[in-house]
Amino acid sequence: MLIRKTADIPASEVTPKHWYVNRRKFIAGASALGAAALVSGYDLMSEPEHAFGGTAIPGIQKSNLSTTEKETPYKDVTTYNNYYEFGTDKSEPAEQAKNFRTRPWTVTIDGLVAKPKTLDIDAIMKLAAPEERIYRHRCVEGWSIVVPWIGFSLSTLLKQVEPLGKAKYVKFTTLGDGKQMPGLRPGILDWPYREGLRLDEAMQRLTMITFGLYGELLPNQNGAQLRLTVPWKYGFKSGKSIVKITFTDKQPDTAWNTAAPNEYGFYSNVNPNVDHPRWSQGTERRLGEFSKRKTLMFNGYDEVASLYSGMDLKRNF
Amino acid sequence: MNKYIRWIKLGLFVLCLVPVAGLAWLYYNTTHGLEPDLGANPLEYLTHGTGTWTINFIMLTLCITPARKLLGMPWLIQMRKMLGLFAFFYGCLHFTCWLWFDKQFIWSDMGADILKRKFVTAGMVALALMLPLALTSTTWAIRKMGGKRWQALHRLIYVTGIAAVIHYIWLVKADLKAPLQYAAIVAVLLGYRVFEWARKRSAASANRPAPQAG
Ligand code: HEM
Repeated sequence: MLIRKTADIPASEVTPKHWYVNRRKFIAGASALGAAALVSGYDLMSEPEHAFGGTAIPGIQKSNLSTTEKETPYKDVTTYNNYYEFGTDKSEPAEQAKNFRTRPWTVTIDGLVAKPKTLDIDAIMKLAAPEERIYRHRCVEGWSIVVPWIGFSLSTLLKQVEPLGKAKYVKFTTLGDGKQMPGLRPGILDWPYREGLRLDEAMQRLTMITFGLYGELLPNQNGAQLRLTVPWKYGFKSGKSIVKITFTDKQPDTAWNTAAPNEYGFYSNVNPNVDHPRWSQGTERRLGEFSKRKTLMFNGYDEVASLYSGMDLKRNF
Repeated sequence: MNKYIRWIKLGLFVLCLVPVAGLAWLYYNTTHGLEPDLGANPLEYLTHGTGTWTINFIMLTLCITPARKLLGMPWLIQMRKMLGLFAFFYGCLHFTCWLWFDKQFIWSDMGADILKRKFVTAGMVALALMLPLALTSTTWAIRKMGGKRWQALHRLIYVTGIAAVIHYIWLVKADLKAPLQYAAIVAVLLGYRVFEWARKRSAASANRPAPQAG
């Protein structure tokens, strides 16, 4: 049986401590890492630097939308994730996004809106009090984590531009900067990474615009400066490093749907009854646990069910 | 050369154990709070690590015949059996990872997966075909079967190699780089054999006496 070693550290204590702990371990482990990379057959994760993320966010409010489930340790959340712009191995983003420049950062909101705007990250962060929402996060690959995200409902941001009645969908365009993102190779996905939501999904209160986790600004590898968090959908729907939000009347094309339309639908709601063509979605591995858990419909966020009443979710997967 | 063979074999044997020892060491670190460890998803790490080394050993096994000819090192053939058996050994570890961590020894789930998931089917084919090769790897089996039949049977390693590559191609989500690298290796090694076979054939037909006019 595997026993995970990381003790649960309260969020308040995490911020200053893991900085120097990581550095110290890095030095101790450096020589061992080389040997381990040799024997394990592929690169081991490297210790992340928190040069850009890691700044504590003041005035965080608790949210009653949070789950009480055990949070996934900070280290796992920040060293094991998909962010193909920085490599397709889950340990690569932490390493390769180290020097990613996340300031200045602006987001353009345009399309079918009365008042298109380009907003600076600092202006966005001032729109509302930052909330900590502890959400389950289920990856389409069959693993899941529990993360204390910092941000607020996306609707707060979207209301700034006064969407027109014709607007039915929201498209999210993320940064595609080949100079800074070594993973932008052709033949993997169509860059830049694009995602989309139906307008009512985007306005649902659970949908977050996120700029932090564990009480601090997002580390680069987790989608700094600004990302989406849509907890009832597979993780890839929650785009990272968002630079543009466009209101449209047609369903926007999305990166994964374009790459493999039979495997990744536009909706991609977490659904244990609809398998991925190549693997089951009925169960998942929560990081840190040995046994698999049953995957819950809408990842356990039942309040969104009404968004899809009357829809065949097997066809609209 | 021959007097060193035993030592070379011993060295190779120890070397072949390094990957599994490394995984065991990382596992130990994971359970004792040491670094480096198996990372955030240890079970996946073990599954991927053993899978990677299975395909690596299959490739090494396939390399032996061309390497001994091209490098003029005939004694290399005496290493092939060990490499092949280690491929099977790592394959069994890899299969156990899947059975234990993914299927949690639920046999009905396992059967469904093998039939339903193409990448698992391909993996099973690759592994299953190694079983008869492992069983007939002894000198006794070669003698009993006769060299020709034994050799014919052991060509199955190519099917294993191809099935392993297909397994890998089908399991990745979008980045085909790694599986295509293995596909290229198999293509070169198989191409070499086809080339050799064609060369021998044409040499043989050239040496055949011309039919006599009657
Ligand atoms: C000779 C036989 C086999 C070889 C050479 C092989 C090789 C591999 C390789 C190279 C990987 C990917 C490692 C990585 O991504 O780093 C892999 C993954 C995997 N293999 Fe195999 N494999 C074999 C047989 C099997 C069998 C028989 C099964 C199950 C019945 C299996 C189940 C898996 C699973 C579940 C994964 C992980 C998939 C994922 O993470 O999405 N393999 N294998």
